Amino acid sequence: MSGDPPIRVVLAKLGLDGHDRGLKVVARILRDAGMEVVYLGLRQTTETIVDAVEQEDADVVGISMLNAGHLTLGPRIVDALAEAGLDVPVVIGGIVPDEDRPALADAGVAGVLGPGAPTDEVVAGIRDAVAARGR
Amino acid sequence: MSGGSSQEPPVVGDRTVAQLVAAARGGERRAAARLLTLVEQGGQPADEVAGATHQLVDNAHVVGVTGPPGAGKSTLTAALTTLLADRGRRPAVLAVDPSSPLTGGAILGDRVRMVEATTAGVFIRSMATRGHAGGLALAVPGMVRVLDAAGFDPVVVETVGVGQVEVDVATAADTVLVVVTPGMGDAVQANKAGLLEVADLFAVNKSDRPKAADARRDLELMLDLSDLTGHRRAGSPGRPAIVSTVATTGGGVEELAQAVDDHLEALVSSGSLAVRRQGRRSAEVRSRLDHLLLEASAAAVASASTDGSADREAPGTTAQRLADHLLGGSDYAG
Repeated sequence: MSGDPPIRVVLAKLGLDGHDRGLKVVARILRDAGMEVVYLGLRQTTETIVDAVEQEDADVVGISMLNAGHLTLGPRIVDALAEAGLDVPVVIGGIVPDEDRPALADAGVAGVLGPGAPTDEVVAGIRDAVAARGR
Repeated sequence: MSGGSSQEPPVVGDRTVAQLVAAARGGERRAAARLLTLVEQGGQPADEVAGATHQLVDNAHVVGVTGPPGAGKSTLTAALTTLLADRGRRPAVLAVDPSSPLTGGAILGDRVRMVEATTAGVFIRSMATRGHAGGLALAVPGMVRVLDAAGFDPVVVETVGVGQVEVDVATAADTVLVVVTPGMGDAVQANKAGLLEVADLFAVNKSDRPKAADARRDLELMLDLSDLTGHRRAGSPGRPAIVSTVATTGGGVEELAQAVDDHLEALVSSGSLAVRRQGRRSAEVRSRLDHLLLEASAAAVASASTDGSADREAPGTTAQRLADHLLGGSDYAG
């Protein structure tokens, strides 16, 4: 178990969205890629996510959204982390139309993983987001 | 591993370890979190943190929470620490979950049951065992030290779900709470050696379920027999209390908080606390030494199988030869 320490990733569902099956699959994919997944699960708030990222000293946070709230809630998480002084990339997973991607990128979202993203794309998406911050 | 005195102090982000320790002691959670990461990752920065914190400790009551998988350790830990935070204490939780032996990855799921505790201001850190057996991780004592130095009290260490023999927590905590549930076994199970022997305190969780009274009775009978034979773990001030709880509703949690405080008070008044803390230090030295020896042993075995020497002699002979080589010629005096 020597070598580079594992990437620590916080995974959460934000707000009123009760569908966590996809997030559980992602958690398992990242675990099997050797990452440590701090799984928060359903009905998290901006505050509980920021608290978790801070206390867990996470390298990256993944938010799953299937409720079409990504254009509002994505930037809100990015801003809340920045306000707390946490330089941690945010990756959004879920149903995000292609035309929304530039707006999310402009808001500072580090990556978007759509439904049906293959396993290696999920792993690479998280790794790339971490690497881009030089963590 | 050892930090040379002539080296520059390690810098983390834009702050030195000393600055991080000062900030953590001033209440900055991000600094405490970063120190925990340094300790967990090991190596020279971890040694630096240990050097900066080991004189600043023994202010926190360290409480170990252990028990079988699914007994309700996380939910009960959350309920207990939420209550204490609401009373103005500053609790922290170290929650340990297992790493995959195949990939090293882990799913750390304890926070799922700790949303209310997070909101109440409890500091929660999840960690993986990273290959360590015994129910905890190698870095746990060092991480407890960081939280203690940062002014958290109590520091609650929640183990992985354990079977009967993973009892590392017994030497990592001042007070060990064992969480059991109704239907976990009969009086014979209760008298087997292992987990139940290291308890300072029992919670019979899910006490709204059938057979809760039976579980309590079996524990009482087991403790009666311990009284009869005079069997008690070192530094134990008295017979362990048994508290019935329903963690999901908060039932019995006030009583549990009282029992945890009572145990600390008994440790102090009986003079046992110093014994326990000396035991904690010795156990940490032992665990670090075991780790170093294991690494040296693995390296020696690898080199013996590479150079072919292991193929020409009996396995026991090779082991003895390697042990002589690893241990020979030095003495213990520091």
